[in-house]
Amino acid sequence: MSLVARHLEANGIPTVIIGSARDVVEYCGVPRFLFTDFPLGNPCGHPWDQQMQEKIVRQALDLLANATGPKTTVNAPFTWKASDPGWRARYGRVDPAERERLLAVGEERRRQKAKAKTAVRDA
Amino acid sequence: MSNPMVDTGEPVPYMERTRQYYRALGYAKDYVWAQHDEVPFAKLPKPLSECRLALITTAGPVPYDGKRQLWSAAIDPAPARLHTANLAWDKESTHTDDRGSFLPIEIASKLARDGVFAGLTPRFHGVPTDYSQRSTTDDVAPKVLQRLRDDGADGAILCPL
Repeated sequence: MSLVARHLEANGIPTVIIGSARDVVEYCGVPRFLFTDFPLGNPCGHPWDQQMQEKIVRQALDLLANATGPKTTVNAPFTWKASDPGWRARYGRVDPAERERLLAVGEERRRQKAKAKTAVRDA
Repeated sequence: MSNPMVDTGEPVPYMERTRQYYRALGYAKDYVWAQHDEVPFAKLPKPLSECRLALITTAGPVPYDGKRQLWSAAIDPAPARLHTANLAWDKESTHTDDRGSFLPIEIASKLARDGVFAGLTPRFHGVPTDYSQRSTTDDVAPKVLQRLRDDGADGAILCPL
């Protein structure tokens, strides 16, 4: 998505990204980025919270209109649910007890991919 | 070195988590994320209140045919649900049952009615999150640009899941 934003911008269409993967977006380098510090999946606000979603979209529009240069990141003034303080540590973690299972999952994926490649070659 | 699995209150280090996860799956090479020092910048051509804006998502259409490809659909009537199961959102911590939480068509339309901007373009667009950066840069992005021009968009709001 960051690459699409860059292409639009380079061709004269201003963009603003509303997103939650701050490191990935900033590493790529984009014109305007409204960072919402939520679990991936709800960049525009908590599910069903339309008041919050409206504030976030308003803030993105403000950034679209008023940023003065590229790589402008603004933090939305919201946090994830207080009832779930563990979300940051939870995402994509590798549990040492799961190592053997994960390795088996990876091996199966590679086997499927090799099989698909062979099928294309033989077609 | 700090442990990337511990919550420090800092933003989640997704690149490091992803590297660790794929290493655990046994992949020999780490994914190389796009990185650019030069970043383009364009200003809105007129006041925001006069601008027509396009919405862009990474979600797919319902029904979903299994192909990751660029797609577009009308904002009115807005689709109740979009296909997100194939994307790497945080399935342990949240859900995508409220489409407005990742593609705010109704909220944006309300703000346009309030006069904040002129209106959404008649279509929104869905871009595939491709493993291949070349496919995004050489194929998808130019097509998105053309569709936005066809729709008369003055700017775009991109909402990746």
